[in-house]
Amino acid sequence: MDNVLEIKDLATYFYTHDGVVKAVDGISYEVQEGETLGIVGESGCGKSVSALSIMRLIADPPGKIERGEVIFEGQDLLKLSDSEMRAVRGNRIGMIFQEPMTSLNPVLTIERQLTETLELHLKMTKMQARTRAGELLEMVGIPDPVRRLKDYPHQMSGGMRQRVMIAMAISCNPRLIIADEPTTALDVTIQAQILELMQSLSKDLGTALIIITHNLGVVARYAQRVAVMYAGKIIETSTAGPLYADPRHPYTLGLLNSVPRLDEEMGTKLEPIEGLPPDLIDLPNACSFAPRCKYAIEKCTTEAPTLSDIGGGHMSACWRAEELAEIGVKVG
Amino acid sequence: MVQSNGNETLLEVKDLKMHFPVTSGVIFQHKIADIKAVDGVSFSIKKGETLGLVGESGCGKTTAGRCILQLYTPTSGDVMFEGTRLNGLSSRDMIPFRRKMQVIFQDPYGSLNPRMTCRDIIGEPLTVHKLTSGKGEYNDRVAELLNVVGLNPYMADRYPHEFSGGQRQRIGIARALAVNPSFIVCDEPVSALDVSIQAQVINLLEELQDQFDLTYLFIAHDLSVVRHISDRIAVMYLGHIVEVASREELHENPLHPYTRALLSAVPIPDPVLEAKRDRIVLTGDVPSPMNPPPGCVFHTRCPVAIEDCQAAGMPELREVSPDHWVACIRSEGYGEY
Repeated sequence: MDNVLEIKDLATYFYTHDGVVKAVDGISYEVQEGETLGIVGESGCGKSVSALSIMRLIADPPGKIERGEVIFEGQDLLKLSDSEMRAVRGNRIGMIFQEPMTSLNPVLTIERQLTETLELHLKMTKMQARTRAGELLEMVGIPDPVRRLKDYPHQMSGGMRQRVMIAMAISCNPRLIIADEPTTALDVTIQAQILELMQSLSKDLGTALIIITHNLGVVARYAQRVAVMYAGKIIETSTAGPLYADPRHPYTLGLLNSVPRLDEEMGTKLEPIEGLPPDLIDLPNACSFAPRCKYAIEKCTTEAPTLSDIGGGHMSACWRAEELAEIGVKVG
Repeated sequence: MVQSNGNETLLEVKDLKMHFPVTSGVIFQHKIADIKAVDGVSFSIKKGETLGLVGESGCGKTTAGRCILQLYTPTSGDVMFEGTRLNGLSSRDMIPFRRKMQVIFQDPYGSLNPRMTCRDIIGEPLTVHKLTSGKGEYNDRVAELLNVVGLNPYMADRYPHEFSGGQRQRIGIARALAVNPSFIVCDEPVSALDVSIQAQVINLLEELQDQFDLTYLFIAHDLSVVRHISDRIAVMYLGHIVEVASREELHENPLHPYTRALLSAVPIPDPVLEAKRDRIVLTGDVPSPMNPPPGCVFHTRCPVAIEDCQAAGMPELREVSPDHWVACIRSEGYGEY
C-alpha cells in the first residue's frame, strides 16, 4: 500500500535560556493509506511537538525544525513556502486538537468556522459552503445541524465541540487527519462516542489517521500500528498485536505493567516505572531510559541505541531487545 | 439503602442531598432553580475498606465527598461517622472529627499553597490540632511523614513549584496523614498524573492503607483505576447511585445499563481482546442537573428504557443479590443487548 506520509529523521529543538530542549530528536515513521497509527507516550515525550512539526506549527523562535523530511503526497512539507503550506493545512491534512474549547474561536459561530475552510480551500460560494457545513455537522452526529450552525462554541458541550472539530478536520476530504489527544478532556462515555465516530469516518472516507495519546487502551482499540515515544525518540514501533503481546523495549513493558487493567486478576500489584522522565536539556549520548530501566547494562549508559528491526517490522531501540524475550520479560 | 454486613461500619450516608441554589437578579436576588448535585445518596463504608465512587464529570461524586467531610452543609440527609451525626454539629464539635477525616485532592498544582514550604504544608495540621510540642518534635514529625510517602526529609524546605506532579501528590498525602486520620476521601488523586507516575501513587495509597489501617472513599472517573484499588464500587449518575457491588461482582455481573456502558467504554490495552469486545456506545450527553429528566435520570440515554422508566420516579436501590444493589426497574429483564 502507498504511504500517505513519510517522516524521516525529523528533529525539533527549542532554544531556551536554560539550554537546547531536544523535544523531538530524529524520529522516522510512515503512515499508509487508510491506516490508523497510534503514537503513545507520557507528557513531555515530544508526541505533540512531532505532530505540530508535521503541520509546521512550531513557533520560531524559540522552536526550530532542525532537520528531517516530512514527505506528504510525494512532496517535502518542510521545503514548501508559507503560502503553499497554508494550502495543505486544513485541506489535505486535517488536525484535531485536545482542547475543543480553546481551539475553536469563541467569537465566531460554528457556521463561520466551518465555512471559512470550505470557501478558502474548496472555493465554494457562501451558499454552497453553508449547505456543506450543515451536512458536515450531520455526518458527525450533531442533532438538528442547521439550527446548531448558528451556535457559538460556548453553547455546546465538550463532546459536541469535539464533534465540530472533527467536522472541520474532515471538511476538505483530507488524506490524513492528525488527532492530538482528541478525547483526553472528555468523559469516558463521550470519549467512546468520539473515537467510534473518528474510526467510522476514516473508514468511510479512506482517510489515514494519526492518534496521539497517552492512553494505551485507546491505541489498542483503534490503531493498526503503534509507535511509543520516550524523551523525543521513538523507542518501539510495530503493528499493534506484537507490541502489546511481546513488547521489546523495557519502557513499553513498564507502561503496560503500570496501568490498571479492567480485566486484571484481583489483587494484582501495579509495577510502576521508578523515577521521573529525564530533562530534555543536555541529554547524554546514551539510552535516555537507562536510569529508570531494570534491565540496563553498561553499554546502555555509554552508547545510544538506534531503532532496529527485530523481525517482521517490529522495531525497538534497546540494546537488549533480542534478549528481552529470553530473560523472561513479559506483560503482567 | 445499602447496608454492609460483617465488619464494623465506619461511615454511613443516608439519603444525602445537596442542592445548590441558582439565583437571579442584581439587587433582589431570588432563587430560580436548584442544581441537584447530589439527590438522595445512601451508602456505608466498613472499617479498613475502600469504597470506589465512580462516575462522569458533573455526576456529583466530588460533592458527595465534600458533604461527608462537612465542607458543604448538606441540604438534607445524614452523614454518620462512628455513629455520630456530623451534619448539624457546631464547628467546635466538628474539630475532633476533622482529625479523623482527611482529604486528598485531585489537582496537585492547585491544592498546595505556592507560598508555603513543603514543611509548612505538611506541618500546618499539626499546629492546628496542637499535635506536637516544640520545634524539634514538629520537624521530626514532618521528616517522618516525608519518609512515609517516599520523599526525602531534606526536601522539606522546598516550595511546591520545585516538585513534580507525582511528588506534589505525595506532599498532599503526607499532609492528610499528619493527623493520623482513620478515614481519607481521595478525590481523583491520580487523574492529573502520567501513567507511570499514577502507578507509583496508587501503590503508595495501598501500602499506606495496610500500614495505618486506613479507610478510603476513592472518587474517580477511571473505572480501571477504581476497580484496581476498591473493595466495593458505587456507580453514580446525575446525583444518584445507580449500582453498588463488590468489584468482582460489578465487573462480572453489571446490572445497570449505565454500568455496562461505562465498563464497555474503558478500553483494555490488549488489541486482541479489544477486537472481540462488544461496545455499547451511549448516545447524547449527560443532562443538566438543574433540570434532570423525570423518572429514572438515565432514561434519556438508556439503550433499554421503556415507558415505565419515564413515568415512575428515580428507581430505589434494590438488593438483587447479597450486597449487590441496583437502581433499575429492568435489571432482571433486559438480558443481552
